[in-house]
Amino acid sequence: MTLQSRNLSLAYGKRVVVEGLDLDVPEGRVTAIVGPNGCGKSTALRGLARLLRPTAGQVLLDGTDIHSLPTRTVARRVGLLPQSPIVPEGITVAELVARGRHPHHGLLRQWTRDDDRIVAESLERTHTTDLAGRPVDQLSGGQRQRVWIAMALAQRTGLLLLDEPTSFLDIAHQVEVLDLVRDLSVEDGTTVVMVLHDLPLAARYADHLIAMRDGAIVAEGRPRDVVTADTVCDVFGITCRVRWEHAGDVSVIPLGRHLPTHGQESPEEPPHARVRVAGRP
Amino acid sequence: MTVQTRPAPDLSAALGAMSLATRAVRRRSLVVLTGLLVLLLGLVAARVLLGDYTITIPDFVRIVTGADIPGASYILLESKLPRAVAGTLAGLALGATGATFQTMARNPLASPDVLGITLGCSAAAVSAAVLLDAPGGMVSLAALGGGAAVAVALVVLSGTHPGAAPGRMILVGIALAAMLVSVIHWVLVRADIYQAHEAMVWLTGSLNGVTWSEIRLLTLVVVVALPLLLYVGSHLQVVELGDDLASGLGRHPRATRTRAIALVVVLTAATTAVCGPIAFVAFLSGPTARRLLRGRPSLLTAGLVGAVIVVAADYLAAYALPGNNFPVGVVTGLAGAPFLLWLLATSRPVKETA
Ligand SMILES: Nc1ncnc2c1ncn2[C@@H]1O[C@H](COP(=O)(O)OP(=O)(O)O)[C@@H](O)[C@H]1O
Ligand SMILES: [Mg+2]
Repeated sequence: MTLQSRNLSLAYGKRVVVEGLDLDVPEGRVTAIVGPNGCGKSTALRGLARLLRPTAGQVLLDGTDIHSLPTRTVARRVGLLPQSPIVPEGITVAELVARGRHPHHGLLRQWTRDDDRIVAESLERTHTTDLAGRPVDQLSGGQRQRVWIAMALAQRTGLLLLDEPTSFLDIAHQVEVLDLVRDLSVEDGTTVVMVLHDLPLAARYADHLIAMRDGAIVAEGRPRDVVTADTVCDVFGITCRVRWEHAGDVSVIPLGRHLPTHGQESPEEPPHARVRVAGRP
Repeated sequence: MTVQTRPAPDLSAALGAMSLATRAVRRRSLVVLTGLLVLLLGLVAARVLLGDYTITIPDFVRIVTGADIPGASYILLESKLPRAVAGTLAGLALGATGATFQTMARNPLASPDVLGITLGCSAAAVSAAVLLDAPGGMVSLAALGGGAAVAVALVVLSGTHPGAAPGRMILVGIALAAMLVSVIHWVLVRADIYQAHEAMVWLTGSLNGVTWSEIRLLTLVVVVALPLLLYVGSHLQVVELGDDLASGLGRHPRATRTRAIALVVVLTAATTAVCGPIAFVAFLSGPTARRLLRGRPSLLTAGLVGAVIVVAADYLAAYALPGNNFPVGVVTGLAGAPFLLWLLATSRPVKETA
């Protein structure tokens, strides 16, 4: 299943947010989009998911203009987890995840045992089985996020678009979600496009990295080629030290206007000390 | 690339947890639905058989199958039975439509009566009936036009669709409702209607004067539109997750909401043309049904709650004070105010989504 955009421009009213986006999402791989707040990452994802009609250009799903396809057809092939879905009141986790099956049902195609199996598997893979009977509106942010992902999994699409799937999650749960994303890609061949905020995590988990600024792609390619001090400076407007490790891990250390408070006398501190300071902006 | 296949995972734990969760929910709604149905049947039986003139069950059967019992026949066929039937139908429609709007807007205040749609139907119906002396069918069409006009005005004036920004829509609706009450008063004054009960029909709703031909029309509309509304309601469950997610799940949020609004207007218009804007029922039923179901919204349950409220209120209105045949809307109106306060005091703060 291929997803491409050609000269895609997206706007809210007169306000153009994404302009001239050319994108070939690598099939069966994990693509991460990074960029500063408000640069149009969510908008680009919404455009790819057919939620916004382009002001110019087009989005191609398997070579067909996505806007010429019926919504339900698209929904069976492309799953989307928006940045801030609305938590419905009074329904249980099991029911919410079951709503992921919605595009596969109609007047003639009712709920089957297969649907049950798919929902169960989605719960298992996101470790939300224990929450199945709990009302969604009473969960913590992290639990809720995993439930949303379970719902997206239950949709069983070959393509998954995730807008900041790790927000609200502590580091352990972030890693758990990202591991799951890799599993989906490696084991099921699912194509994933996700917006992420954490550059090192994006570099670690993505096969393909897209750096955006002001609604356009600044750099794209293998994480090792994209995450450089120059690109980070270009995209986020900060100076930083980028250090690639042997296994493909990267640390990105922003250098603000201040030196580390405890390292002023000896700038050649062992690196781990600085990494800790640099963890989150 | 090579795709490794995962070993089939053991799903028995998850399947067990799911069926446990589903069973709990199903059992609860089954108990509530059965309870409401039994209560409704009991109330309808009481409304038909008891009161200031008792009709025995054998007499009831004989009258319904065609026998003429002096006195009893007239009271049963011209007052008790039509009021019970119309009350049930109106209550079903009001409860389900109210809950539809409340769920769609995620706000208990956003029911068609608070938003002025019901009063729009009423204002148009009273104008047609009183000023133009229109026949029943025309009155219903006028009600439909009035309700639709208010629905369109709500969308245009608040600049949004319900569900997008309920806060604005509620303010616009309350303003429209106030205006429409004045319109109704003006029509009543112009037409020199001094008879309180006639005026009350169009202001707070009444079952006192319903006729069998009106009931036939109402039955037709409810039998067709209510199942459709329940069907669209199942799509609203997806729409309530937000527009983006709904589209992602293959459901057009705007089209779904438009369909729901259209059905709500049709049901409200038919109900209002027959028994006026019965106060607060649409507003009360949804939250009551939700409490019964521990927070789950359900249109069908809300409909049954509405029917129970209307039939019970009509019984009280007719017989609570001997010699006084109040319109049903007076009783529901009286019950509405304390309920609103209770709702405000016990509900969680309304989450506004822009
Ligand atoms: N629904 C909307 N209507 C109008 N403007 C919007 C809307 N959503 C986003 N924007 C604007 O578009 C720009 C890009 O937003 P977004 O794509 O959400 O950025 P990101 O996801 O990269 O943080 C922002 O300036 C934002 O204010
Ligand atoms: Mg965003």
